[in-house]
Amino acid sequence: MNPEFLRGQEIVERALAISRADGCIVIVNDRTEANLRWANNSLTTNGAMRSRHVAVVSIMNDAVGSVGRSVSTVDDLALLVSASESAAREASPAEDVMPLVDPADPAGEWEAPPAETSIDVFSSVAPALGEAFGQARSAERLLFGFAEHIMTTTFLGTSTGLRLRYDQPTGRVELNGKTGDRSRSVWAGVGTRDFADVDIAGLVAQVSGKLDWGSRQVDLPAGRYETLLPPTAVADLMVYLYLVAEMREADEGRTVFSKRGGGTRIGEKLSSHPVNLRSDPHEPGLETGPFLATEVSGQGTSVFDNGMATGRIDWIRDGELRNLVTPRWWAAKSGVAPTAYVENLVLEDPTGGKSTEEMIAGTDRGLLLTTLWYIREVDPQTLLLTGLTRDGVFLIEGGEVTGAVNNYRFNESPVDLLGRMTEVGHSERTLPREWNDFFTRASMPTLRIPDFNMSSVSPAS
Amino acid sequence: MPDVDAEFTALPLRQLADAALSRAGELGAEHADLRVERVRSQNVGLRDGRVESSRDGEEVGLAVRLVHEGTWGFAAGMEMTVDEAVRLTEQAVDVARVSAAVNSDRVEFADEPVYADATYVSSYDIDPFGVPEPEKLALLTDFCERLMAADGVDHVNASLYAVKENKFYADLAGTTTTQQRVRIWPEFVAVAVDRAQGGFETMRTVNAPIGRGWEYLTGTGWDFEAELAELPELLAARTKAPSIEAGRYDLVVHPSNLWLTIHESIGHATELDRALGYEAAYAGTSFATFDKLNSLQYGSPVMHVTGDRIAEHGLSTIGYDDEGVAGQQWDLVRDGVLVGYQTDRNMARLMDLGRSNGCAFADSSGHVPVQRMANVSLQPAANGPSTEELIGGVEKGLYVVGDKSWSIDMQRYNFQFTAQRFYLIENGRLVGQVRDAAYQATTTDFWGAMEAVGGPQTYELQGSFQCGKAQPGQVAAVSHGCPSALFRGINILNTVTEGGR
Repeated sequence: MNPEFLRGQEIVERALAISRADGCIVIVNDRTEANLRWANNSLTTNGAMRSRHVAVVSIMNDAVGSVGRSVSTVDDLALLVSASESAAREASPAEDVMPLVDPADPAGEWEAPPAETSIDVFSSVAPALGEAFGQARSAERLLFGFAEHIMTTTFLGTSTGLRLRYDQPTGRVELNGKTGDRSRSVWAGVGTRDFADVDIAGLVAQVSGKLDWGSRQVDLPAGRYETLLPPTAVADLMVYLYLVAEMREADEGRTVFSKRGGGTRIGEKLSSHPVNLRSDPHEPGLETGPFLATEVSGQGTSVFDNGMATGRIDWIRDGELRNLVTPRWWAAKSGVAPTAYVENLVLEDPTGGKSTEEMIAGTDRGLLLTTLWYIREVDPQTLLLTGLTRDGVFLIEGGEVTGAVNNYRFNESPVDLLGRMTEVGHSERTLPREWNDFFTRASMPTLRIPDFNMSSVSPAS
Repeated sequence: MPDVDAEFTALPLRQLADAALSRAGELGAEHADLRVERVRSQNVGLRDGRVESSRDGEEVGLAVRLVHEGTWGFAAGMEMTVDEAVRLTEQAVDVARVSAAVNSDRVEFADEPVYADATYVSSYDIDPFGVPEPEKLALLTDFCERLMAADGVDHVNASLYAVKENKFYADLAGTTTTQQRVRIWPEFVAVAVDRAQGGFETMRTVNAPIGRGWEYLTGTGWDFEAELAELPELLAARTKAPSIEAGRYDLVVHPSNLWLTIHESIGHATELDRALGYEAAYAGTSFATFDKLNSLQYGSPVMHVTGDRIAEHGLSTIGYDDEGVAGQQWDLVRDGVLVGYQTDRNMARLMDLGRSNGCAFADSSGHVPVQRMANVSLQPAANGPSTEELIGGVEKGLYVVGDKSWSIDMQRYNFQFTAQRFYLIENGRLVGQVRDAAYQATTTDFWGAMEAVGGPQTYELQGSFQCGKAQPGQVAAVSHGCPSALFRGINILNTVTEGGR
């Protein structure tokens, strides 16, 4: 490695030493990643990447200048600090000004080198995939998918003496199987921290089983159906709800969480089931950074809150809306406790213990979905979302899956679904299908919806 | 024409290329290329006239992509040193070796002439990164304050996103290109809140994100002054508008809405990588499969759609793609029939299509090039009608302006779109806005129902900065030109009814 290349910790210390601003925040993200992608039982792309992003946020006369760059050398760093200070000098005072966060106990060992990954993380996954491709070829089936591992080490330092560091592993595998004529398609996916727990044969078995379910094809029209939404589908809907769960927007009357007549819906029962929707950086298996690190304000976060501890937060408790995302300055204005986005999400009903299989067995006639796709907001006032079912809609009759049904476009609001669901299953680790390129850490139950709105048929398979 | 930034050309580009390519040759690579990219970006968000978020970014890095024993290998890093270029080359060969276990298709390229030392700079007047910050903020604040001052506007959101992208590319065959592109995306949204009833409505400007510089904000290519002046009235009309009655309507769709329908139902559906299944697990496939080339009736006979990488101010316009292929224009749909795809060199060779049409693109040095969308545009009719004339031919219909919500399935059949504004048409005349409408259709039915396209006077270049594709995820900017067009008998939903209320 180039001898001029600076360690992340050195970048933080040197930038803070050079800074002439009233306040300064330095965030270094050192990232390594490796990936494999395949289609039609063969590799398509791959890669091993290393990158660094350094953000310097300067605060001068209550104005903020935020500049982020790839930085390798001392000269790069000096230019970055100076660009950040120029930006602050040219800016008008910020609305979200607060004192910077006080030093806290370090979240990780500050001086340790950054965590790294490499292509070798797939040393057992790649041969297992190769074997699965061979089997798929002989069975006249096609496999598609993606495996990725990312290690990000974040170093955060501020002019108030705060030094925090966190190593975040993020991994995912998606396996999509199709019949040789591509008329039927199914999916299985998992999130992982280190690939040690990834069972390729298990994923292949899930995919094969679902393709077998589809040997009987049933065409059904649009309409409202009793529907089991599996954990991955619930995750995609709840992540959407989470992303609009902001206090300021709600206070201003601009979201589904705004109350008629003014104020927010905090305190309102959204569900008659005792469900909890929460985030917790220490959630077992879903661990994520226990402090806020952001180089830009907006959308529920403030640069002044960098380093703020993010503990367990109940967004919904016992079916009641309890918290919305609130930066410190807005919290101070509105007299509530500050909260921040945490990169995991858990929905659970402490009284709901049934597995998806048990919920299928308890269904007389209904639909079982696999995943949802292309979910977009139609009406923000109700959080009405549209999207498609994808990779397997199955017909349940008499407690058993009896065939595969065509895909649908749906129009539904996740807030309404919380109010209409009639059964909540056991919460389990799941990979959100639609949002897993930025959100992989979720635990969700299967939900039973008595009247899910399948707006029209999609001919897609 | 502006020059390529001296800061970029001052990087040791040719030394890095020599080091990487000679090492790749020693290691037996059949193909190798080195890319160095610098992407500058600026994002500013204003809320009620005050800056809420502001960030300047600059990402610089280098990447080696090669083919070793028929298998791809890719490695990316960030240090601009000869040692790093050599290390990345060796790492890319390692990646190819690990990946060989899952590869069964040998990678080969369609032929392309060698461009020994080519330079390209996109068409713009004023580099947004050269305009002093206070000047930029003063203009954005002024625009917001005008909206804030209007009756019925409770909140204003504004944003500006500007990008300057530099690419250096060199490959074993001898092509070397140095390029610079600039693009800009301003947006203004007025919000009306009804606290008593608990509702709210928004109205957004319908300008395009576009391959221009700061001049776009000051009167070149768009009249913001005029649009901002009418926005509060348009918002007020929307808050008072009646809810749509669901049913079949004729649609006259303005380019500010139609571009997105083109993007989703034609742009993505004619990507050859999707048709071949490379995106099957993620972005999806296409109903327009390769066996239907030259036979699929995509739409009515007035439908003529082109792909290009050369339109002036186009977001996908570039001199050379990330495989050294020069920009071109070609037909995708002619007389309503599917006649072409968007390709890269490997797919063009694989499917025996001759030369690649130059659609290999990576959004940064940290990502591998994949087939990305060209500017996909619906051609106007020479001497065709004006928008008013199209509206004049409708008895019961809607005039659709500005994109809003969008969604389409993974094979590009079933879509649903909303708009900034739906105007009711009765007997050839606009009678005011309606609320809660969405149009839902199947791609070939919709384009088959296109009775007329407007003339060149109705043509606008619209587009997006944020087209997503591939794993790991990549974003690309792309433009779509189109005229206003008339569609007969399209299914319109009432979104409040859809929501079960």
